[in-house]
Parts: sequence; structure tokens; C-alpha cells
Amino acid sequence: MAAQDVNMRVWRGDASGGGFKDYRIAAGEGMVVLDVIHAIQAQQANDLAVRWNCKAGKCGSCSAEINGKPRLMCMTRMNTFQPGETITVSPIKTFPIIRDLVTDVSYNYEKARQVPAFKPKPKEADGTRRMFQEDIDRVQEFHKCIECFLCQDVCHVIRDHNDNKKAFAGPRIFVRLAALEMHPLDANDRIDLIKEKAGIGYCNITKCCTEVCPEHIHITDNAIIPLKERVADRYYDPIAKLLGLFSQKNK
Amino acid sequence: MSDKTLTLNQFRTLRKDAWWKEPLLVVVVLGGFAIYATWAAFQNAHYYVAPYLSPFYSPCLAENCDHLTLPLVGSWWNLSPAFLILWVPGGFRATCYYYRKAYYRSFFLSPPACAVRDAAKNYSGESRFPFLLQNLHRYFFYLSIVILVFLWWDAILAFRFPEGFGMGVGTIVLIVNAFLLTLFSLSCNSCRHISGGYLNSFHSAPLRYKFWSFVSRLNLRHMEYAWVSLIWVALTDLYVRLLSMGVIHDLRFF
Ligand code: SF4
Ligand code: SF4
Ligand code: FES
Ligand code: FES
Repeated sequence: MAAQDVNMRVWRGDASGGGFKDYRIAAGEGMVVLDVIHAIQAQQANDLAVRWNCKAGKCGSCSAEINGKPRLMCMTRMNTFQPGETITVSPIKTFPIIRDLVTDVSYNYEKARQVPAFKPKPKEADGTRRMFQEDIDRVQEFHKCIECFLCQDVCHVIRDHNDNKKAFAGPRIFVRLAALEMHPLDANDRIDLIKEKAGIGYCNITKCCTEVCPEHIHITDNAIIPLKERVADRYYDPIAKLLGLFSQKNK
Repeated sequence: MSDKTLTLNQFRTLRKDAWWKEPLLVVVVLGGFAIYATWAAFQNAHYYVAPYLSPFYSPCLAENCDHLTLPLVGSWWNLSPAFLILWVPGGFRATCYYYRKAYYRSFFLSPPACAVRDAAKNYSGESRFPFLLQNLHRYFFYLSIVILVFLWWDAILAFRFPEGFGMGVGTIVLIVNAFLLTLFSLSCNSCRHISGGYLNSFHSAPLRYKFWSFVSRLNLRHMEYAWVSLIWVALTDLYVRLLSMGVIHDLRFF
């Protein structure tokens, strides 16, 4: 495929408002959306603000909404669109816009700061700590997170209800909490925090976070639902409590 | 630069694909099932034709049953015996993590699809009553396992014809029904938790680790099992119903 003109509709604006602006620009073979945004920036709109870093889907900087879907711009290939189609690119909607495609994602870091860090259990008698592969397999998935915050962006709890931001931490934070809570050598207890401060009850497991995660982490099935079940162990299952099932000592 | 007349909040969604197809399909299939199941439960007739018992009426616990499984409820019960038990599978599915996703999206539009705005202005999800009750899902799981035992029992009884041992299409229908409901129940997320998911160290519990791994594999297909078992259980009732009404005839293999 030689260079072909493509139609891009890019959001331009800042905190006070904005609008879509159309660009027609040549896109070469193998280009991704981020390349085209860069081409617009170089040739037609030098002041277009865009955040990016690795161009390899690993830094999590270039999150945006392409045709209304939360995606990484650097991992969205131009040849996945229909020829002649107008491609819409807008900033991730859940966070305050700074300028054009750049948003202020500090909410996510504020929520992350509320998570108690890993606290190692005491050493065994021989002075070491042991972990086994089967125990670490499960949490390994969660460490693939690149903090693109696409899951946070798509989550309707905060996307459509800004006032819930106080009470809800969001899927990315639940992935982090699951990684720590299920860790065989961690001694901290975060169940109360997961229920209260992180507000896991707000999630109605509608799975959009899982649908958009570029690392294909099973956010709902492997992190959020197991955490909801652990919260149920402590707060909503009197029978298990009575019988001493699913308790800390069995872990 | 364009004039600053808009904000992104003005758009319900910027998606251009047919995002409404999936919620619509769920409304049709799930809504259709709910209507059929309610109608069938109210019928209080045509749920047994020897040796097949409709799963909507199993176990049949009232003395007014056409085919009594266990005489737990006396003759004072004069409503359809389906109501005595249907709340268990009904509650199991209503509180199922997968069905929650399906109906929150399609019936509550919360959200209708990803990156499409919620219909309701205020939202507290499952943090408050009534949706707080979803946390009771595991109890429905336990009760459903009891029902499942009876459905397997029915499947075995489906070999016992009035004139002796045999096998008809209905026998297969009942066996497949019990099998699909087993897949659905065992792949449940609460089952996954109970079977070992609550542990932090699998190494010290090898048996529970094995069971958890098995359930985890099934869990990947939980959605598929949810739909197939739902449709099949309705078809099973329909098969028994049509047989009993004389509309169709059971094909006997032997
Ligand atoms: S599953 Fe829960 S956390 Fe994930 S997007 Fe939906 S509501 Fe948000
Ligand atoms: S969990 Fe997935 S979608 Fe969410 S921040 Fe991490 S990589 Fe991005
Ligand atoms: S630029 Fe790093 S993920 Fe896209
Ligand atoms: S039955 Fe679906 S999660 Fe339990």
C-alpha cells in the first residue's frame, strides 16, 4: 500500500471547551493512529498536544478514544479501518482535559497512594522466605499492567458519575489490590479497605474494564470478582463465619 | 483551532459501531426466557409424562404433584408446585456474576455498552440495597447443587418406562439438561472461590489447588454455559409439555 490520504477528526480544546477539527493527511503502510497524529502535528497543527512515549504498547501514555472506544493510539493500526472512513480521536473522557488529547490522570495516582504496600511475612526458621510457582502464577497476570488507565477511563462508575470518584478506586486499583491480597508472602490485610475506601461494591461487574485492557488482564474474573468474594467472606456470609470456613488461618 | 463551543460530556457516545445489538439480543433472549418460565410455572399441568419430569417442576415437593419426588409440603399447598423450587435456580441466575453483567447492561442500561453513557443519573451499584443482596450468590450456589442432584435423579429415572427399562429422545434431553446445568453450576465464580480461590497459598493445599484449577478452566466458559443451559432447560420443559399435550410423540430407541 502506498501512502493514502485518510480523514481524521481530532478533538482540539482545553478545560474551557473545544470541538472536533478535521484533518486530511497521507498515511503510509503499516502506520498506527499515533503515527498519523504525529504527522498532523508535524505538517498541519504544530500545537496539537499528545502524550506518548514508547510507541510499543508498553508505557501506557498514549491512551485515547478512537471512534469512541478507549484504545492505545500506538497499538491501533490504520489498516483496521475502512478506506475513506473518518476516524475520530478524542482524549480519555473520565479525566480532566489539559489540552487536546492530554488529560490529567492524577486521580489514579491518588487512589494508588491509598493502597498499603507489600508487607513481608516473618522469615521461616531457616532464615528464608519461600514461594512456590503455583502460588505466584495467579498474581503474575496482574503485574502485566502498564498503567494506561484505559480501564479507569471506560469504567462507568466514574466515567458517567464524576461524584463517585471520592468513593471508588477503579479497576486498575483492584488489579493492584488483588496482586497484593493474593500474594502468599504478604502480611497486610486490605479487605476492609477494599470494601470501604476503595468501594468495590460500586462495581457492577459489567466488564468494560476487561474489554479494553490492552494487556488482556482478566480484570473482572481474576481480580474484582475474587475480591468481591473475599469481602463477602468477611461481611456477608454468617454461615461461613460460624463454621470458620474461608478464614485467614486457612490461607 | 476550532471554536470552544463543545465539551465531551455533550456526547452520549462517540462509538459508531452497532453497540446496541448485544443488549438488544439479551433483552430478547433473557426476556423471552423469563416470560416462558413464568408462564410454564403458572400452568401447573403438562409437566410430567412418564418417565419424564420437567426441570421447572423438579424436585416436585407438594402432595398435589403429578409426580411426587419428596412429600415435603402437604395438601394445603394448592398453587403450582413449580413455585416451591423455581426461586432457587431463578435466584442462582439472578445473582450470577455473568447474568448481572448481562442484565445491568441490557435492562438497566448501566451502562448499555462500554463507553456509552449510563441511563441513570445517580449510581451506587451493588454498594447498597437492593443490589447489595447479590453478595448472597454463594448461598444460591449451594442450594442449586441440591437441585442439581435431583435433576440427575430425574435423568436416571428417565430410563424407567412404565413397561420397564428403555430409552427415548426425552431420556437424552434430560441427561443433556443435567449435564449442561452441571457445567453452568461448577463454572460459577463463587464455586471457584469456595473450591480454593480464597487461599493465598496453593502449595499447602494441593487438593484444593487441583479443584480450583479445574473450576478455573470451566469458569472461562461460564458465559457460554449460562446461555446454553438456559435455552436447553426451557426446551426440556417444552419437550415434556408437548409430549404430555400429545402434540408430539417420543421416539423410543429401545
Ligand atoms: S467491571 Fe466494574 S470496575 Fe470494570 S468497568 Fe465495569 S463497573 Fe468498572
Ligand atoms: S489493568 Fe489493563 S487497562 Fe487497566 S491500567 Fe492496567 S493495562 Fe491498562
Ligand atoms: S506510546 Fe507507549 S503505550 Fe502507546
Ligand atoms: S452462577 Fe454465574 S457466577 Fe455463579
